[in-house]
Amino acid sequence: MRFSGWRVLREGLTGNKGWTPHWRDPEPKPEYDAVIIGGGGHGLSTAYYLAKNHGMTNIAVLEKGYLGGGNVGRNTTIVRANYFLQGNSEFYSHSLKLWEGMEKDLNYNAMHSQRGLINLFHSDGQRDAFARRGNAMINQGDDAVLLDREGVRRYLPYLDFDNGRFPIYGGLLHPRGGTARHDAVAWGFARGADQRGVDLIQQCEVTGIDIENGKVRGVQTTRGPIRARKVGIVVAGRSGQVAAMAGMRLPIESHVLQAFVSEGVKPVIDHVVSFGMGHFYISQSDKGGLVFGGDLDFYASYAQRGNMPMMEHVMEAGMTLMPMIGKARVLRSWGGIMDMTPDGSPIIDKTDTEGLFIDCGWCYGGFKAVPGSGFSFAHLMATGEHHAPAAKFRLDRFRTGAGLMDEEGTGAQHNLH
Amino acid sequence: MRIDCPLCGSRDMREFYYQGAAVALARPAPDAGEAAWDDYVHLRDNPAGQTRELWHHEAGCSAWLVVTRDTVSHEISKVALAADVKEAGA
Repeated sequence: MRFSGWRVLREGLTGNKGWTPHWRDPEPKPEYDAVIIGGGGHGLSTAYYLAKNHGMTNIAVLEKGYLGGGNVGRNTTIVRANYFLQGNSEFYSHSLKLWEGMEKDLNYNAMHSQRGLINLFHSDGQRDAFARRGNAMINQGDDAVLLDREGVRRYLPYLDFDNGRFPIYGGLLHPRGGTARHDAVAWGFARGADQRGVDLIQQCEVTGIDIENGKVRGVQTTRGPIRARKVGIVVAGRSGQVAAMAGMRLPIESHVLQAFVSEGVKPVIDHVVSFGMGHFYISQSDKGGLVFGGDLDFYASYAQRGNMPMMEHVMEAGMTLMPMIGKARVLRSWGGIMDMTPDGSPIIDKTDTEGLFIDCGWCYGGFKAVPGSGFSFAHLMATGEHHAPAAKFRLDRFRTGAGLMDEEGTGAQHNLH
Repeated sequence: MRIDCPLCGSRDMREFYYQGAAVALARPAPDAGEAAWDDYVHLRDNPAGQTRELWHHEAGCSAWLVVTRDTVSHEISKVALAADVKEAGA
């Protein structure tokens, strides 16, 4: 079925009885050309681009829960391309371009809203750093505008500009940054993959990876064995467990990151606002909820819920930046499990096992990468060659020390990102 | 989470700094080679379940602790002084 305004109108007038399921619920076949482990945003987009760009349609996505049930449904929905380091900047730039054509490509409304993202700064030194970052973004071909204090005030009059600790000196505006409806991104890629013949198999947990003479032969699952010459691991926070099935240890520690949403209020925050010094960022969803979050809880966790100290810290940061939000009630909080690498940058690479590929280490930035990650990982799985925008996301950079991408400049060590 | 410091008693987690998996108890020799150091600095078991970690009682007695904790439930089953653990050869 194709979605269109005309279709919505027709269905509205005929009792909405013509809508059909967005994807099939197939039984797993005994063999596929390739299997993707993980039916989240990255896994689904990988399957979509394998089918669309490389003609690989005899493939399956194996998901132990339900499609889009992990981090793609648990994030704060921010889409941006404001990275500084080579390796990251060309990748996120490519991903943002894919975002801009994605809804038409998928014929699916992901509510991608390029409302602009503003990173605030609070000192002369920070202004210089943001000017430099903005120049890097412009050099990459993306957009950045350095705003002074009055420039920020025009966009965000509700901030506490004269806060004693963090007075606002200005901000770096990334006009093409914004948000998207996170679930719809997963659903859109799922539907697109399904329409091209990909089997999306839910309630199917991978319990083993079959390897013979250094080559992958398939996977064992709770719904029986499945043979495949190519297997891609795309399981975010669970990367360590799945990689262990192939005898691998990864440079990853899984941490919990919390997020929050307030009750719905009238439109009040028009942009994505990032207050780096307080580890706080916020936007307003189209339903009216203020969606905000902070930093990691900073201990290893698979709990998908955090502890009170970080909640308190996030609320304090929000009140410091924009005291007006104190009148809104917090509706819900939740946590996602972040696959943290030592340098804070991701991994899209082959493994030592022939035919086994891995896409992981997205830390707390995986959502905006959904189309780019799938595009590049599909390229790697189909051709065996690294896709240029993701060519620096190598697994061996930690062992060799060459090509580390430490955006924060704190050192490539666990617990510093 | 509260951590039961052997020296100070039960304290709020905010008093502690999380270092990570307790790999530092078995630091490789300087000439152990690239693979051993990669393993020590970067690679992690990252278990969903019981794990041993190093926490520093930064805002308390400043002791380094080996905390045995469940990463799924956050339940802490054992806390010991890192010095004692090291001495016992574990």
